[in-house]
Amino acid sequence: MEKYAEQIHRCFRCGWCKFTSDYLDLNCPSYKRFRFDTFSTSGRLWLTYAWLRGELEWSEHLAEILYSCTTCKNCVEQCPMGFADDIVDWIVGARSDMVEKGKIPPRVAHFFEAIHGYGNPLKLLRSDRGAWANGTKRYEPGDEYLFYVGCLGSYDENAQKMAMSLAELLNEAGVSFGILGSEENCCGNEVYMLGEIGLFQVLAETNSQKFKELSVKKIVTLSPHAYNTMKNTYPGFGANFEVYHYTQLLYDLIKKKKVKLSQNKAKVTYQDPCFLGRYNKIYDEPRRILQSIPGIELVEMERNREDSFCCGGGSGNFIMDLLAGGEDSPSRVRVRDAYETGADTLAVACPSCMTMFVDAIKAENLDAKLTVRDISQIVKESLASR
Amino acid sequence: MSDMYEALVKIVGKNYVSNQKEERYFYGRDPGLMSPHEPDYVVMPRTTEEVQKIVKLANKEKIPVVPKGGGLALTGLVIPLKGGIVMDMKRIDKILEVNERARYVIVEGGTTEGGLKSYLEKHHPSLRHSIPDAPPIATVVANAVIHGQGRLTQQYGFNSDMVTGLEVVLPTGEICRIGSCSISKYWFSRGAPMPDLSGLFLGWLGTTGVITKMGLKLYPRKKIRDVEVFVTDKEDLVPDILFKLTHTEMVEDINIWCQPHPPMFRENHHVTILITGDSEEELQFKKKMIWDALQEYIDSKDGGFMWVMPDAKPTFLEMPLESLSKFADVRKGGGFEYSGPIVLAEDYPECSRKLAELAVKYKLTYSGMVRVIGRSHCIMFGFAYTFNRADLDEMDRVRKALHEVAEFALEQGGTHWKPTVDEQKMMMERMDPDTLKLMGKIKGLLDPNGIMNPRNWEVG
Repeated sequence: MEKYAEQIHRCFRCGWCKFTSDYLDLNCPSYKRFRFDTFSTSGRLWLTYAWLRGELEWSEHLAEILYSCTTCKNCVEQCPMGFADDIVDWIVGARSDMVEKGKIPPRVAHFFEAIHGYGNPLKLLRSDRGAWANGTKRYEPGDEYLFYVGCLGSYDENAQKMAMSLAELLNEAGVSFGILGSEENCCGNEVYMLGEIGLFQVLAETNSQKFKELSVKKIVTLSPHAYNTMKNTYPGFGANFEVYHYTQLLYDLIKKKKVKLSQNKAKVTYQDPCFLGRYNKIYDEPRRILQSIPGIELVEMERNREDSFCCGGGSGNFIMDLLAGGEDSPSRVRVRDAYETGADTLAVACPSCMTMFVDAIKAENLDAKLTVRDISQIVKESLASR
Repeated sequence: MSDMYEALVKIVGKNYVSNQKEERYFYGRDPGLMSPHEPDYVVMPRTTEEVQKIVKLANKEKIPVVPKGGGLALTGLVIPLKGGIVMDMKRIDKILEVNERARYVIVEGGTTEGGLKSYLEKHHPSLRHSIPDAPPIATVVANAVIHGQGRLTQQYGFNSDMVTGLEVVLPTGEICRIGSCSISKYWFSRGAPMPDLSGLFLGWLGTTGVITKMGLKLYPRKKIRDVEVFVTDKEDLVPDILFKLTHTEMVEDINIWCQPHPPMFRENHHVTILITGDSEEELQFKKKMIWDALQEYIDSKDGGFMWVMPDAKPTFLEMPLESLSKFADVRKGGGFEYSGPIVLAEDYPECSRKLAELAVKYKLTYSGMVRVIGRSHCIMFGFAYTFNRADLDEMDRVRKALHEVAEFALEQGGTHWKPTVDEQKMMMERMDPDTLKLMGKIKGLLDPNGIMNPRNWEVG
């Protein structure tokens, strides 16, 4: 990331990054939303280069262009150049420069303040972090898994239901696990993506230390965002534990018949979360879970797997929502994609996707036709024991 | 100016107008080497009627309008040299109709090449269009307006030759239909048997109106595609090779490339021959015809077919051509530009020597990229030089090399393709005076206030 300033001029602004791999549709969420070339990856890189060279002064508009990127990695997937893998690092590097100079949009500043002050971006009390848990046991050394719930899972009404379903399923399967409750802190994935590297380091070090003190060996996360940062970035902070996204664990439990499923008739389409799919190449487990449930017909949206279209919630936009407004906001585009499949259920595996789609379905007046359900909720409803 | 902004907002809505410095910065540049010049406004209309209102407003206020597609010509054609409004057409991107039996499509002014390819593959798998090697965000209309070339150019000519009708907003605001669509619901002919008025707009680089709809010929999509690469180290033989290849009428597309890196390619001239067929039998027959046509060069040991590893074939067969964009990052510098004069095939040897000579003179990395147009009626010889965007000296050397190419091409008897403003001037200086006068009359008639993409094709 440190060297981004010496590399960023390499973008040719050829525009491959705007599409899916078959050019069927525009797949960069912020470009799809705003349509000015400035809001595409090449726009950001060229403007950042101009800013670094002093050809452009900082402005709030420039910062909004930079921060409207959801870091969904579609550009990384589609860019044909040798530097493709570095693009997100460049975006984060540019944001980091803006953070250091104190030049960030107010909504981003509020996001950081909330994390710093409350340990979550919603500015809700730390003491209430485990309020959803309803008897779920606290993690103790010796438990096999620490269930890391994350900020949305802890506080957001819809994401809390995901956490509850998962906890119930783990109990049903006899998994030894516990949560941290009010002692849990933000994972920092969004903080990192937004370029507040200092705050991220504090969060990563604090969390890693806490996990070490509790002799945590395995973590299962509700959120792909937490999974991503704990798996890929925390090891740099001395963390030494295995990390799983819950769909990996759940699929394993289903395979071992520790979770037994019965008929559940539904036509389901599945949204690949960016931090599970493009970031960590986990595409199959969520689908296999759904396909394991008798009666469920899994239908794919045209854009799926590597070509999946982001819900628009990445990089903290599930709170800041810099891409909101109008029918081209990514979450609204995506629920229309889901509806076009004929599915009655839009399955998610990410609290951010859940939050974004619940609102989008209302905005699209699809409430009566399409329901957003987390995979853990669908599995829970399909339990043979019910 | 703020009145103008408000007027534009009234037409397209505030989300689709910008006078902010970030949009002005970005839309004031293209990926090539031309000097920047910023617009005052960037506007993104959604309908022909919105385009019409914008143009009428601009004409009334005498403010320049520059229609923009993908902005990938590299020669500064959408840089607003006198400021004004850049009209980003990419929101007008619907594919309106495919007439499968008459094999044409009607697209809106901002439909992308990638979007059309994908749409046809999905909905009309027996049809294809002549997709250029440009990135998929390039637009179908802009490609035709610059007389672009594509995968079917060897068979059917410039992509602009495939146009079957236009809807154009004139600089004075009228909406004209050009071709059969002016009297019929069908878009099968852009002129014949009537006067062909499409020539008032194609090749004019957006200086005579804004094309909001275009009809385009589609062609059969064969089930199988394959590639052969014929290699010779004797550039003087290339024109004959092309003549013989095109005589077979068995080939989809012919490209020639020469480059010094990696070293195995040095001093060789690679003729990429793309072949299609509906069956293996058809493909083998075409291959045999092609091999027979070139057998004499194999016998004389002047050339031979290169074995293309199966893993390497997708690189040749892909559409659009990803490897062309990658050339910009050969030196990890984010830039390349090419001058692509249209010359006779017999000029190939001199062009390839000039390409290498200028690379040595200016210390540049080069690639020669050639596409055969028609049955060897002419070729586009791309003199491509890569540069590091952070190295101003190298960028200047590329400019100088391309300027020499421009002069050389005219001396050879060629014409410039998608010419820079300077190259347009060079051509107009050599143009027959009465022809130039006719261009001036046409321009003056269509655009009396000179608002459309000013400084391009500016006569006198």
